[in-house]
Amino acid sequence: MSEHPFLQLTGVSKYFAGTRALESVDFACERGSIHAVLGENGAGKSTLIKIISGVLKPDTGSISIDGMPVDYASPADANAAGIVCIFQELSLVPDLTVADNISLAQPPRRFGMIDRRAQREIAEHLLARIKCEDVDPNALVRDLSLSRRQMVEIAKALGKRPRLLILDEATSALTRNDVETVYGLLADLRQDNVASLFISHRMNEVERLCDTLSVFRNGRHVETFAKGEKTDGQIVRLMIGREVDAQFPPKPAPTEHPAHLRVNALSWEKRLKGASLTVGRGEIVGLGGLDGQGQKELMLALFGVLRGVEGRVEVGETSGVPGDPAIAKQAPRRIALVPEDRKTEGLMLPMSIADNLLAASYAYVSVGPFISPALESQAVSEAVARLQIKIGDPQDAVATLSGGNQQKVVIAKWLMTDPDVILLNDPTRGIDVGTKQEIYRLMRRLADEGRAILFYSTDYAELIGCCERVAIMYDGAIVAELTGDAVTEEAIVAASLNIHAGAFGVTQ
Amino acid sequence: MSSKLANLASSIRQNRAFAGAVLMLLALFVLYNILHPRGFSSAVLIQNANESVAIVFVAMAQTIPVLLGGLDLSVGAVMTLSACIASVLVNGSPLQIIMGMVATLLAGTAFGFCNGLIVVYGRLQPIIATLATGAIAMGLALFIRPKPGGDVDGDLNWAVTNSLWDFVDTYGFFDPDAAWFAPVAWIPVPLLIILVFGAGVWLPFRRTVIGRTIYAIGSAEGAAYMSGLPINRAKIAAFTLAGFFAACGGLYLAIQTASGNADITQAGAYTLNSIAAVVLGGTSLLGGVGGALGSLIGALILRVISFYFRILSIDPLLQPLVEGLVLLAAVSLGAVRVFRIKNRLDLFR
Amino acid sequence: MTSAFSRLRPDDKPVVISAAFIVLILILGTVYTLATQGTAPLFSPNYLLQQLQTGAFLGIVAAGMMMVILLGHIDLSVPWTLTAAAMMATAVGGDMALPTGIAVGVAVGLINGLGVAYLRIPSMIFTLGVDSVMRGLMVWHTGGFAPQDQATPLMRFLAAEKLLGIPVAIFVWLFVSVVIVTILGRTAFGRSIYATGNREAAAYLSGIRTRWVIVGAFVISGVCAAIAGILLAGYSTKAYQGMGNAFLLPAIAAVVIGGTRILGGRGRYVGTVVGVTLIVLLNSVLSIMQMPEAGRQVIYGTVIVGMLLVYGRDKQLTA
Repeated sequence: MSEHPFLQLTGVSKYFAGTRALESVDFACERGSIHAVLGENGAGKSTLIKIISGVLKPDTGSISIDGMPVDYASPADANAAGIVCIFQELSLVPDLTVADNISLAQPPRRFGMIDRRAQREIAEHLLARIKCEDVDPNALVRDLSLSRRQMVEIAKALGKRPRLLILDEATSALTRNDVETVYGLLADLRQDNVASLFISHRMNEVERLCDTLSVFRNGRHVETFAKGEKTDGQIVRLMIGREVDAQFPPKPAPTEHPAHLRVNALSWEKRLKGASLTVGRGEIVGLGGLDGQGQKELMLALFGVLRGVEGRVEVGETSGVPGDPAIAKQAPRRIALVPEDRKTEGLMLPMSIADNLLAASYAYVSVGPFISPALESQAVSEAVARLQIKIGDPQDAVATLSGGNQQKVVIAKWLMTDPDVILLNDPTRGIDVGTKQEIYRLMRRLADEGRAILFYSTDYAELIGCCERVAIMYDGAIVAELTGDAVTEEAIVAASLNIHAGAFGVTQ
Repeated sequence: MSSKLANLASSIRQNRAFAGAVLMLLALFVLYNILHPRGFSSAVLIQNANESVAIVFVAMAQTIPVLLGGLDLSVGAVMTLSACIASVLVNGSPLQIIMGMVATLLAGTAFGFCNGLIVVYGRLQPIIATLATGAIAMGLALFIRPKPGGDVDGDLNWAVTNSLWDFVDTYGFFDPDAAWFAPVAWIPVPLLIILVFGAGVWLPFRRTVIGRTIYAIGSAEGAAYMSGLPINRAKIAAFTLAGFFAACGGLYLAIQTASGNADITQAGAYTLNSIAAVVLGGTSLLGGVGGALGSLIGALILRVISFYFRILSIDPLLQPLVEGLVLLAAVSLGAVRVFRIKNRLDLFR
Repeated sequence: MTSAFSRLRPDDKPVVISAAFIVLILILGTVYTLATQGTAPLFSPNYLLQQLQTGAFLGIVAAGMMMVILLGHIDLSVPWTLTAAAMMATAVGGDMALPTGIAVGVAVGLINGLGVAYLRIPSMIFTLGVDSVMRGLMVWHTGGFAPQDQATPLMRFLAAEKLLGIPVAIFVWLFVSVVIVTILGRTAFGRSIYATGNREAAAYLSGIRTRWVIVGAFVISGVCAAIAGILLAGYSTKAYQGMGNAFLLPAIAAVVIGGTRILGGRGRYVGTVVGVTLIVLLNSVLSIMQMPEAGRQVIYGTVIVGMLLVYGRDKQLTA
């Protein structure tokens, strides 16, 4: 056993377009340990693992393995050093077979050519080790379900014989059985003296599995400690920092809101199964539940993106599912959608801030058939002022803004259309705490102006802090509606798992 | 055994477009021979095969950049350049002839290699880089052969554009009437050339790490990068191999016509037909799916359609119209999936 | 010098560099003519106007092509759309000649647009098929011979006459340019072209009818090709087989040299005009030098690669 930790980072910093992602981080990883990395979104976890796995180069600082400084140019170099990462965004090639993918970069060869038989045997062996004998090595990855793909990803990582295995939310898409398998696997690897880095938002997972925990906040490594040294509450406080209190604006006194958006028995494919819901003017209704229970599809259906939607939708006096977003955004419905992925669905990243702001409302800045430059610049500066978007020049590319300001541009784009119904699909994902609070206040203000807001969030605290009413989705339907004081974390968790509160007394 | 069958079934399912193209070619070819006034004959087969070699090679050349998700607009020009080089070099003593053929193939390959360097290190979009290098290739071809013409060894011309019997007979390897030789003596040499060079180079290449990397880049470049695949080398190799196949086509064309002709229009037509053949053969223009054998089939489909005009009393003037309609019909069939998509966001991927 | 260069906005770089290159071509050409003939025709207004007159045909085709390239698509049906419009216009003749030619352009554009936007067939292959179909129809229509119909006087006027000493064709090009600039800069449709070309999903979720945008751009491309065909028929007094073949690749090259991204979403119309001018003047200087076709092709290709290496490079791939 060497005296050095397996992996050691010293003074590592990384900046993106002037914003700090990591700030002089010292971090070490021991052999034969399962090490959890905890932190909020934007705390720097993903930058950390990208640097460790060779995807990004640090701006300052050094990395050493076994006490020897290293400087890798690509993920391949890191792999060669025994560092293998299972990424959240899959690193599988969809048009190749499972066996091809598992031995992608280093296949077994005969006479310089890939030995397919040996490759299939390797795949079968590795899949068996993670109890995935049901996956056909000859199937295309494209044809597998998300959870199977994730398991193939794990098999691929194992095939590289890691000395340090990094799992970035690797269990989020897995079934319960698969999760148990992965736990067992990690325990085996620990026996073999392999180091593991485990990134997860599920505290119970971390508790059960890991022996060492590190907390990151705002790009800094806050503290590392052994399991059991701190209570859950202490850990959460470390993650959030001091600003935990008063991050939500005060809720108004409960009043009756006339229903403006009425959804009845909405069904689509196998993803929506008779979802029913109402949202009143002046009301923020939260949409909760585990990820992928149909929340995204519900919003897309209301916005006219999905084909073949069944059920009734009424907005004010207008009934019927809109045929496409162009119809949904117009009078009389006036719906706005802040989509899930702002980089691909919300923004045209290389285009200017002004162009992005105007993309939904050309009609509002036109005189006759022509866009008026005066109205245009007036509308842009109003939008920038209204949301306090921090920009240099409206003609700069929107890609140069920070995540939080980008999200503000998406919201401002829709406010220009003066919508009556606002659908927010996880609008605070991956943005900083300060901007989050601005968005909460903005939502409250918009509701006070009499708009109907449907707010999907994966963060329970947000639902509790912002919403008068929370509808919980499970398997394509709304299974519970919580109102007022009944909106608690326990209740949300219980409903999300579709079990009755009380039967499930444990909080996360 | 049953698992072998299951493998076969799943492989057909994964290559549905390729299987469809093979069926279409078989149907077209069988019908062609039924309708042919003299029925099936070796002579007709030889003639057909001769006229197919160049477009088959150019289509295979085009496939490889397309698998990357790019496009090579210079394949027709590189083929023409190679043909012009061959029309100067492929004559004289047997050794000179062989050296001439090797030099022709090397020249086309080197041109493809330069394409690859420009795309990788110049970081230009392949379609636009090869548009420009295609013009350069045409210019070089015109330097070599300002007027059509050339001097290609007559024996070679006769030997490779006829049946295997004639090939053996021309060079007197052994008695071409030997009994053991009879079953294969009728096979057209051009068909063998396609199979030996096409399949013989492509199938092994596909099973190298570089070949796999080409598919991976076309399918998901980010994943290929994350997995540590040799991306730059694969891109250069793709264009290099495209140059090689285009040179094969050019060399054959020069031998077949015993001349070289730096015809800009013809080069452009070959390039555009190669794209059509690639699509007909089941390779996705988005990259990652398909293969050069499919393009071989696709090119043959285009050719067989043109043969119909000779035997049926259809006005040959209608040929471009029919070819265009077949192409549009084939790609529109593939578009049926669009109407099954329920989430319109999936249309934009 | 270098700092002035780096201070240029990325969108302006192609325009400035291409314009500088045009001046360089003119100077080199003049040095050559002064040395060999002792004259400087390149700087005579008449000569330049004559060059721009022939440039007008390419310029109009490139204007339409740019709309499509801004969407990340391409229109390979230009050659035979152009020819078909010319042939139909001369065949119909009389007052209906122009409307007929334009209608051909609209029809082809609609078919292209519907195939690309609604069937989602890659434009590369769909417009290639449409081009082949148009060629077949025209060859069928003419029997493969040069059509005997003559261009109408109006077509002659638009293409070959002069007004105030300036060729009318240049006015037509100017008119098309004004329309395109207005569309791109001052209409919702034009802005939607950029948005859709950048990221169609985001444009669609902003309530832009992206399919109509695609159809519209292809219709403009078809109409531009048709106008160029009508002019070219007027210029050469009749339509002829393959008259559009020489326009496809130079049009794409002009658009790209002008700084429009081949993958769509970015580019300015003034760049396309500069790109067209560059290609036209390069050609004319080379013909003054009596450069053989071989040398022209090599120079032509080298210029495109060279210009793009200066300002058209992609970002390096990371993650």
